[in-house]
Amino acid sequence: MASSKKYWKSVEELDVNNPIVAKLRQNEFVEEIPTADFLGNKTDLEQSSTSRRDFLKYLGFTTAAASLAACEGPIVKSIPYVVKPEQITPGVANYYATSVADGFDFANLLVKTREGRPIKIENNTTPGSVIPANARIQASVLSLYDSGRLKEPTKDGQSIAWEDFHLDAVIKFSELMDEAGEIALLTGTLASPSTTKIIDAFKEAYVNVRHVVYDAVSESAALDAFQAVYQKRALADYDFSKADYIVSVDADFLGDWQGGGYAKGYAQTRVPKDGKMSKHIQFESNLTLSGSNADQRVPLNSSDLNRVLVKLYSAITGDAISTVETKADEIVKEVAANLKKHGSKAVVVSGIQDKNAQLLVLAINQALQSEAFDAANPKLIRQGNNAEVDQLIKDMNAGTIKALIINNVNPVYSLPNAQEFIDGLKKVDYSVVFSLRPDETTALIQYVAPLSHYLESWGDVEIKKNHFSLTQPTINPLFSSITFQDALLQWGGNETPYYDYLNEFWKTEILKGQSWNQALHDGVFVAQTTEEIKSESTASSAFDFHASANSLSKTSIEGMELKLYTKTSLGDGRQANNPWLQEMPDPITRVSWDNYVSVSVSDAKKLGLENKHVANGGLNGSYVKLTVNGKTLPKVPVIIQPGQAQGVVGLALGYGRQTGLKEELQVGVNAYALYQGFNNVQSVTIEKVGGEHEFACLQLQNTLMGRGSIIKETTLDKYNNEKPEVWNEKVQVSVDHKEVPATSVDLWTEFDRSVGHHFNLSIDLNACTGCGACVIACQAENNVPVVGKSEIRKSRDMHWLRIDRYYSSEETFKEDNEKRENFSGVWESKSGFGELEVASENPQVAFQPVMCQHCNHAPCETVCPVAATSHGKQGQNQMAYNRCVGTRYCANNCPYKVRRFNWFLYSNNDEFDYNMNDDLGKMVLNPDVVVRSRGVMEKCSLCIQKTQKTILDAKRDGRVIKDGEFQTACSNACSNGALVFGDINDKESHVAEIKESNRVYHLLEEVGTKPNVFYHVKVRNTTEV
Amino acid sequence: MKNVILRSFSLYMLLAVLMVSLVSPQFASAQEGDPVAGKQLFNSNCAACHRVNQKLVGPALVGVTQKRTKEWLQKWIRNSSDLINSGDAQAKAIFEEFNKVPMTPFPLLTDAEIDNILAYVEAPPPAPVVDTAVASTTTAPSDGGQNINQFVVAALIIVLLLLVVMLVLVRQILSKIAKANGIEITSTGRKPIWKAFAENQFLVLVTVIFLLLGSAYFAYGYLMQVGVDQGYQPIQPIHYSHKIHAGANQIDCNYCHSSARTSKTSGIPSLNVCMNCHKSISEYKGETTAEYSKAFYDGEIQKLYKAVGWDAEVQQYSGETQPVEWVRVHNLPDFAYFNHSQHVTVGGVACQTCHGPVQEMEIMSQFSPLTMGWCINCHRQTEVKMDNNPYYEKIHEELSKKYGLEKPTVAEMGGLECAKCHY
Repeated sequence: MASSKKYWKSVEELDVNNPIVAKLRQNEFVEEIPTADFLGNKTDLEQSSTSRRDFLKYLGFTTAAASLAACEGPIVKSIPYVVKPEQITPGVANYYATSVADGFDFANLLVKTREGRPIKIENNTTPGSVIPANARIQASVLSLYDSGRLKEPTKDGQSIAWEDFHLDAVIKFSELMDEAGEIALLTGTLASPSTTKIIDAFKEAYVNVRHVVYDAVSESAALDAFQAVYQKRALADYDFSKADYIVSVDADFLGDWQGGGYAKGYAQTRVPKDGKMSKHIQFESNLTLSGSNADQRVPLNSSDLNRVLVKLYSAITGDAISTVETKADEIVKEVAANLKKHGSKAVVVSGIQDKNAQLLVLAINQALQSEAFDAANPKLIRQGNNAEVDQLIKDMNAGTIKALIINNVNPVYSLPNAQEFIDGLKKVDYSVVFSLRPDETTALIQYVAPLSHYLESWGDVEIKKNHFSLTQPTINPLFSSITFQDALLQWGGNETPYYDYLNEFWKTEILKGQSWNQALHDGVFVAQTTEEIKSESTASSAFDFHASANSLSKTSIEGMELKLYTKTSLGDGRQANNPWLQEMPDPITRVSWDNYVSVSVSDAKKLGLENKHVANGGLNGSYVKLTVNGKTLPKVPVIIQPGQAQGVVGLALGYGRQTGLKEELQVGVNAYALYQGFNNVQSVTIEKVGGEHEFACLQLQNTLMGRGSIIKETTLDKYNNEKPEVWNEKVQVSVDHKEVPATSVDLWTEFDRSVGHHFNLSIDLNACTGCGACVIACQAENNVPVVGKSEIRKSRDMHWLRIDRYYSSEETFKEDNEKRENFSGVWESKSGFGELEVASENPQVAFQPVMCQHCNHAPCETVCPVAATSHGKQGQNQMAYNRCVGTRYCANNCPYKVRRFNWFLYSNNDEFDYNMNDDLGKMVLNPDVVVRSRGVMEKCSLCIQKTQKTILDAKRDGRVIKDGEFQTACSNACSNGALVFGDINDKESHVAEIKESNRVYHLLEEVGTKPNVFYHVKVRNTTEV
Repeated sequence: MKNVILRSFSLYMLLAVLMVSLVSPQFASAQEGDPVAGKQLFNSNCAACHRVNQKLVGPALVGVTQKRTKEWLQKWIRNSSDLINSGDAQAKAIFEEFNKVPMTPFPLLTDAEIDNILAYVEAPPPAPVVDTAVASTTTAPSDGGQNINQFVVAALIIVLLLLVVMLVLVRQILSKIAKANGIEITSTGRKPIWKAFAENQFLVLVTVIFLLLGSAYFAYGYLMQVGVDQGYQPIQPIHYSHKIHAGANQIDCNYCHSSARTSKTSGIPSLNVCMNCHKSISEYKGETTAEYSKAFYDGEIQKLYKAVGWDAEVQQYSGETQPVEWVRVHNLPDFAYFNHSQHVTVGGVACQTCHGPVQEMEIMSQFSPLTMGWCINCHRQTEVKMDNNPYYEKIHEELSKKYGLEKPTVAEMGGLECAKCHY
């Protein structure tokens, strides 16, 4: 039955005459559709010759053409040399020994080049090498390919020819000579014998020349002290491998203290040998790398540190000085006694930026007759003079400096009184700067000369007295750049190219008959000297240390202290445009892409500062305002740092660069503004300000929560006196109601791996100082992309190798383990685990490098649906990128969390505007390793490209492989010897030998993965309470 | 018949050569030298720097006997610098003219030999005729094998045709006999075959399945060849003929692709390698075809000179170079690692195994598919060359002891593992 029901849409429809109803009935859309606007002017449309039909034709044709064109493969061009250089074989790497001396970092290196491009920095292990490469030097090869580098000389921002550039300089200098105007040379520490001679010649040519050495991060106090005692502006060298008892009063000697490079010697004594290892006591304010590695660490503020040093001095030398009590008096007394006991096998170092403190260090080491202390062959890699820099700025403002030549320093950025410098600069008639990159200083200077990178230049450096090193170019200059020496030679009227000059200089002054080619091949040369320097130290005995000690004991700071330091990643900030370094996590806080104020837990509580983990997995922190002597940093993020001394906050220098940097890399705040009087300790006022900072922190879990099987550790005492089963306990499981070792139970059948090579990587937790050189070496070797701050915050970091840092929740890790084991009942464990998540105020710290463990029974391999990851006969867990479809099952199933997923295409992508999105930056890529694309999993391959290369070379040459030939990027970069790689089927090899050590354990052994990476139990030289 | 004609032709040519060689001594004796012997001497001693009609490192030599006395020439050839030092004006002039490059002394050449060379220089024997004759005689026998095959096929076809014809004939005869005997052959009103087929559902089903499977097979085959560039033969900026260099002139592959022995890449030779020979070879003298004439080849050599910046007139490099943008023929994807030295030096694999008969290729083309299956197959079949390689000693001993593997293949040595090629 048909229904006559009528449905009303609105009340208005009841009224038949309502106009709206009629209108609605006719119009489909209530509002008028603006078709006229879409199609535009009707006349225009009519005039157009393209009809709709034509349009469709074109569309169809282009689609068809595009799809047809896609069927064609791309045409690859191959362009050989016209004349091939004899040394270069395409596809074969060449190595050149060289050295770096950029004013902050000095090291002896081996540079790997491919087809004429330097692509990797390695350590020069020739005897005579002094300093190995740290993370910054490992990364410096990327700074060579920085497309933001200066490309041509400029005058007032306009490009100028080199001839005119030199002519202008020479004319100006000659004029000044007539007018008796002063020329100032402002350089960083050069430590280059040949450059010193060139500067002397320049001084002679223009008479009124002043050379001022300026280190952005000053070691002036130590230099002044050494000069006062030994009449030479240098730094005492320390060989920690000769010390059994190491006391450091605020010296981060595993970091950048006095130019760094001490970790190698230190690590040698840290591995227990014949039941012995060195003991290391650290008094310090910030938690540093050295403090983290110390057996005993005492956090103190600077006033207390001064007093500790005075007390030590007083106890060792017997020079009685009254000092105020400190909270560490007990420990100091014990340490002093031990120092005396160890005598010449003990050493004391200090990083206190106070001449008196540094004098006391010299006095103490003299009194101890420390074998580790070397004043005869001092280090020459810091020569800055604060007083001279201050004088220069004064004279500039007074108008007496008429010309200023700046080389490879950035005073406008790094001077605390930069404004005074800028004002003074306005009164200088002629200014020229040599710089690698545009920066704050080049922006204000008349003449800007692009400086050649050290990989493009000749040079020499005397890192340590009588230890000479050569720098040789490994690539032609990429831009129209010059070396400082070439320019000075030219201005001094010497037309010889610097290379010829250097060659001649070395032959006559340094080599004295030895072969230049050999020296260049080795990169280092140790002069056999007959002159005796020790004699000078006789004068030192008369030196009045008592007064220094007295005045030091009275030096103190009221209120909160700010302790400025440099980070392992960025140093003094000269490589701020290097994305590898920006993304390298700080070894202690594991925060990348930032600097921050580190505040102790109790101070944070007092000031109401907090760190919290937010829902997206990131770490957020409060902001504070820092004021030092009227200078203010308005908004500095806060990290609450376990181990930070109460009343002291830390802040890293080297951040906050702006000029000439890519926007993504302009991170952090410039702490140099607070570095007043070149003193790294300042009195500061802290005030909380609003807002939250988003950190890019790679590790949010700070403690092990008593899970002792991840980092196993014991004390030297136990290690020596008890069975390995006690301190290197193997996890047991129950099989047929019998306890058996977990590793004896297995689901899988074992392959025979005894034929051929079987690679193992050994990691000694005693030798690892956490410096992070391996992280960057791995990144450079394996084309690991940079993902940027926001991605890091999402835990999408791509580093194949990470160094985990753990704090103990109780005083020691041992107490953590005990606490966890002794939980009684569920309730206590619930609250107890919560407590274990929080690090102690002054925790023990442990570092653990973790990369793919290359499990022989790998959980990742069994779950891959496409068999993209599989196991090789040589023990490597292999990842076939081109087979991977990106299900990420493997990453989920990996107990070590070492697999990395390419969430995006990181190369050729404007969203990730780092080195892989840049034609020049791509030149650093290793041609033997593929650049991974989006949607595939990647991970450590145990540098299979390197092991394969070694095998292939041996097969080709028809020889047996010697031990030590197999290397990974990380083991190669580790100068400490913490990472040892090799073939365990070669029974003679070092790795096979140390695999037999009773300290060996595997990470999460109980899971039964049978990894090919093994660790050594960390032994601490502590006595148990 | 054709062969016979060809042979008789070549016989005739040989005769002609003999005639020439018989005549020439007489001709030569008039010049007091034997140009045939002279040619050999010239090629082994002089040709690196001299041409008869063309200036090279040294001057063009034709007409030299008119310009200089025989004694002078003998002295010059034996030791030119002595002559220059003795203050001879002519000698000095020529030394100055040719950039003060002293001529290599030949003190061991006898007077007769020098005479022979001079005789050749003044009247070179008509050599090219011999070349073609020899070429044609040598090519003739090589066709023999193919001819036999063709003959067998032709014979088989003829036999088959005969059989068909016989069948038809037999059928005709049989029907005739049947007619003659009065037997009527009734053609039953059978359905046409296509109709019967269409009505048989089973057959239709089977056919459809076969068609689907067949098309799937071909579709798969088509898809799998996408990106496989077997036979890829791009046009290169300089027409470089491997046939002439590796084939006719027998130059070893490794002479130009020297890095194949030591590096992962075989290396495209840099132009200075080309100039090792082409400094003195500025024109083509080999076989030509209608497509590739002598002028064409000479033009290509000129392209090389232009690229490397060689001025053939003054025999000097101008320094203006234009690197050659070759089109890469063999392209492996970035994610596949291939190392030439492992295959060439360690494995002792001949270049032709993968690159095909390069010595016959006028234009280089990709011979192998370069697919992973192709690599794997070879790795499965190829035994590792372990003899006399100390690297393998221990491994081989253990393998044979443990597994009785005397001659392991590449696959058995781990040559199929993903990360041996993909990293």
